[in-house]
Amino acid sequence: MTLIDLANPTRFLALTARVLPWLAAATIILLTIGLYQAALAPDDYQQGATVKIMFIHVPNAWLSMFVWGVMSIASLGTLVWRHPLADVAAKAAAPIGAAFTFLALLTGSLWGRPMWGTYWEWDARLTSVLILFLMYLGLMALWRAVDDPSRAARAAAVLTLVGAINLPIIKFSVDWWNTLHQPASVMRMGGSALDKSFLIPLLVMAVAFTLLFVTLHLAAMRNEILRRRVRSLQMMQASRIAFSSEVAVGSREDNASKEAGAA
Amino acid sequence: MSGLNQGDMRLSGHGLRCVRGGREVFAGLDFAAGSGEAVAVVGRNGSGKTSLLRLIAGLLVPADGSITLEGGHSELTLPEQCHYLGHRDALKPALSVAENLTFWADFLGGERFDAAESLAKVGLDHAIHLPAGFLSAGQRRRLSLARLLTIRRPVWLLDEPTNALDVAGQDMFAGLMREHLAAGGVIVAATHAPLGIESRELRIGGVA
Amino acid sequence: MAVAGGDCFPNRWKPSMTALAALIRRDIRIALRVGGGALIGVLFFLTVVVLMPFAVGPDLALLSRLGPAILWLGALLASLLTLDRLFMADHEDGSLDLITMSRTPLELACAAKALAHWLAAGLPLIVATPVLGLLLNLDMVATAAVALTLLAGTPALTFTGMIGAALAVTLHRGGLLMAVLVLPLSIPVLIFGVAASQAVIVGPMTFGAPFSILCALSLVSLVIGPFAAAASLRHGLD
Repeated sequence: MTLIDLANPTRFLALTARVLPWLAAATIILLTIGLYQAALAPDDYQQGATVKIMFIHVPNAWLSMFVWGVMSIASLGTLVWRHPLADVAAKAAAPIGAAFTFLALLTGSLWGRPMWGTYWEWDARLTSVLILFLMYLGLMALWRAVDDPSRAARAAAVLTLVGAINLPIIKFSVDWWNTLHQPASVMRMGGSALDKSFLIPLLVMAVAFTLLFVTLHLAAMRNEILRRRVRSLQMMQASRIAFSSEVAVGSREDNASKEAGAA
Repeated sequence: MSGLNQGDMRLSGHGLRCVRGGREVFAGLDFAAGSGEAVAVVGRNGSGKTSLLRLIAGLLVPADGSITLEGGHSELTLPEQCHYLGHRDALKPALSVAENLTFWADFLGGERFDAAESLAKVGLDHAIHLPAGFLSAGQRRRLSLARLLTIRRPVWLLDEPTNALDVAGQDMFAGLMREHLAAGGVIVAATHAPLGIESRELRIGGVA
Repeated sequence: MAVAGGDCFPNRWKPSMTALAALIRRDIRIALRVGGGALIGVLFFLTVVVLMPFAVGPDLALLSRLGPAILWLGALLASLLTLDRLFMADHEDGSLDLITMSRTPLELACAAKALAHWLAAGLPLIVATPVLGLLLNLDMVATAAVALTLLAGTPALTFTGMIGAALAVTLHRGGLLMAVLVLPLSIPVLIFGVAASQAVIVGPMTFGAPFSILCALSLVSLVIGPFAAAASLRHGLD
């Protein structure tokens, strides 16, 4: 299974059809174990039971950044290597990343409620995640704004990479802005001394959520490939090209849509 | 379902003068067309063919002169009895072919015919549920023609109607125009290419 | 629906309702499909509001005091900037010619287009308000007050902004020029919208007076907007 093999959408579909059930099963098992361990973990002496939000919050926050990383690599794939599946991967990842980011924000603000007394505090961490969320939404809006996916792909790839470079700068600026106004943050997450009874379930949850992402991402990529096939079928139908032979090959869909556009 | 039962219609213009952007395009123009008649407006570029059609459609106001339709519907104004087929095809790429057509049928109102049948007549029945954005230029023009068939209006104002149509499309369109004339309609078409039907020539702006 | 006229009541008006409903349905559909801009307005609103704390600082007490003003400014910009292409798209593809020629009065068609735009782009702003209220530390009552004033006031923004959108077609220029033309017209709405929401949060005025004026502004613009837009479109025909 090399990258070249995966470049063919048809082979990709066949392969993922076999892999996906196993991935989904592994995700469910790990999530169950992680949640069970998290439920058994002791309460924090300061925060009480609310600390358990951490087991959901931290994996989501971790994935919110991880997904942008995946999209950046996929964008490089689009721009540099012109890998045919790269923009499919980038497009499919964006809504999933946005969902993880949203969950990170939601759990963060639910966690903040007993800590701060408000659902929202312009805390440096949360604020950075909020900006990340906005950037995800902007990227999705870009994908939606352009009808032709191959034309949107390049613009989205450039934006993703610019975002990847800008994210640390934004993070730094927000930290600086926040300390300028607020000398001490109300809450310090994590720290160095995280007890083992927290650490192990947290790691299990992180792995489970990463698996969850991989599963969802592969499924979303399948959907996107099929969606594009429907699209090129429709274009062929509009120009009345006989499509019986074209479809079976599948990897030719780019050519087909170009022909249909030219017709 | 003869469609247009107006026995004798007469569309005529007298002493028309058109000024656009401070420049006089034409002046003292007279024309007339009766039921079952087609007028082919010819002339060089910039002689005001499109302007004349837009004057009739009420989209431009004549600086002088008047346009009347005798024997038309008494409650409707002239533009409300005209179909205007301009350079731009008034289609939304995001909507499907059927949605585009039914929108215009609903919006323009009046007597209407089956949309699917009109689409079949212009050769678009295979694409009814596809987005109009997937259509080629010629197919978009065919879809615009389907609008003329779905909503019955006695006067057709056509601006370069055969643009973008292939040979088969032009034949099909000539047939549609003949049907319209046979039903007592009036056609005024601005054109460079031959219309493909019997028509009276109206030359404006001198000899090319 | 035959061409043959009704007896006493001219059938000019009867088809109008079907026509207007069709126009509204079409515009909403286009706004929600791929390439449509309905949700971008909300995203813009969100972004503008999120930017504010970076300018004024994360002080929650200050933010909750400025909250209604920030939300109103965000909604104002979001609803006006999305109006840009209200008539432009129809003008470019020739639809506007056919709409002008139809038996539906142009004023009603303009009103229908503006209503569709408000439903597709204005209502989502109001739905998003509670979330943004949370970010600005507004309590439930204050958020509800802002949402209510936006519900009453954004129609006024859409219907006055429509005049600018029509002028943009006439002048063949959109974008910033339109914003410059329309923003001054929206000042009264901003004044009374913010005043009504502030009245709930800090007093000393009653909520009723500014809110009634806000509603009145919306009703007036409902009348003036379509007429002005239709007049400007008719003159711009070319």
